[in-house]
Amino acid sequence: MDLSWMGWTMPTAIFFISIACALIIMLIWSVKAPQEPRIGILRIATTPGDRLFISLLGSAFICLFSLAMFGPPLWWELGACFIYGTVVFKWV
Amino acid sequence: MKKTRNQKAWFMVLPVLILVAFSAIIPLMTVVNYSVQDTFGNNNFFWVGLEWFEEILASDRVHDALGRQVTFTAIILAIEVPLGIFIALHMPKKSGFWSSLCLVLLALPLLIPWNVVGTIWQIFGRIDIGLLGYTLDKMGINYNYTQNALDAWITIIIMDVWHWTSLVVLLSYAGLRSIPGPYYQAAKIDQASRWAVFRHIELPKMKGVLLIAILLRFMDSFMIYTEPFVVTGGGPGNATTFLSIDLVKMAIGQFDLGPAAAFSLIYFLVILLVSWAFYTVMMNMDKEADV
Repeated sequence: MDLSWMGWTMPTAIFFISIACALIIMLIWSVKAPQEPRIGILRIATTPGDRLFISLLGSAFICLFSLAMFGPPLWWELGACFIYGTVVFKWV
Repeated sequence: MKKTRNQKAWFMVLPVLILVAFSAIIPLMTVVNYSVQDTFGNNNFFWVGLEWFEEILASDRVHDALGRQVTFTAIILAIEVPLGIFIALHMPKKSGFWSSLCLVLLALPLLIPWNVVGTIWQIFGRIDIGLLGYTLDKMGINYNYTQNALDAWITIIIMDVWHWTSLVVLLSYAGLRSIPGPYYQAAKIDQASRWAVFRHIELPKMKGVLLIAILLRFMDSFMIYTEPFVVTGGGPGNATTFLSIDLVKMAIGQFDLGPAAAFSLIYFLVILLVSWAFYTVMMNMDKEADV
């Protein structure tokens, strides 16, 4: 199957594989240890899947904001995204 | 008693997931790939990193289109939501011939395809053959949506109001009809004013459907393409070039696939964020109502 029209690159492949891995890990986690939704600092009920979504969406905006303000590279921002994700999973 | 949770049922949605993969996920992946590369066709790609994102985030053209888009969506919501509620409040309360007639008449604009709506208003507003344009011209009003930016905006806003207010009306009407009679009887005993009935009975009961209406109208108006494209083509100048029209010009008109891909991803993220916020508010309201 010729997928050259999709214009795959190693960084974008790593990006999507990371998201796919995160989804698979979340799936296995939810099957092994089902969790009830909980209410955190945002005062909204969230499941682990919701928290992953909030982490990914927020990370995208952290990167966009930083790109608009300071430009590339985004290595520090990647670190900030991981910290943000940890905060979301712990307290949201 | 502890509720049993079985996550294995999610495997039942695998066929849908495969279909969505072909219709949405693979195109989205392609857009992400294009957004970090430059191409001159023939599947030759050149890595540019985050250059297109930087360019789009700093682009005056995109900022202007975003400004027009936000203004348009704000105007549309500010007109359609109160107008929709107002019409719904004045529709026949009891089911019968008149309420059915109102519902059918109101549903008519919703059944017309977008490009047909655009064509109807494009002809309707023309000063040579269109009823609206010709009448205004004969009344001495200087109206020309092809040359005057304000006229173009007014035409597009009235067109959208004509096309979509019905949706808000139908949803609000459904919300109003679900209010049990004893609520009104209690208000009557308390000698509540019309405004008090609306503020404390009707509005809270309509809150859920109104949020759905606002969410639908927000998403639809924020992604509007066909109607303004058919009526004005984004003109005069760039006066009605909204985000999606600008995006299509960039991607297909100029064949700048890289910048267009970066543009569409940012556009997608903004819509995703607002839709998630609306969805979360709605879900929490439902939960509060259950409690």
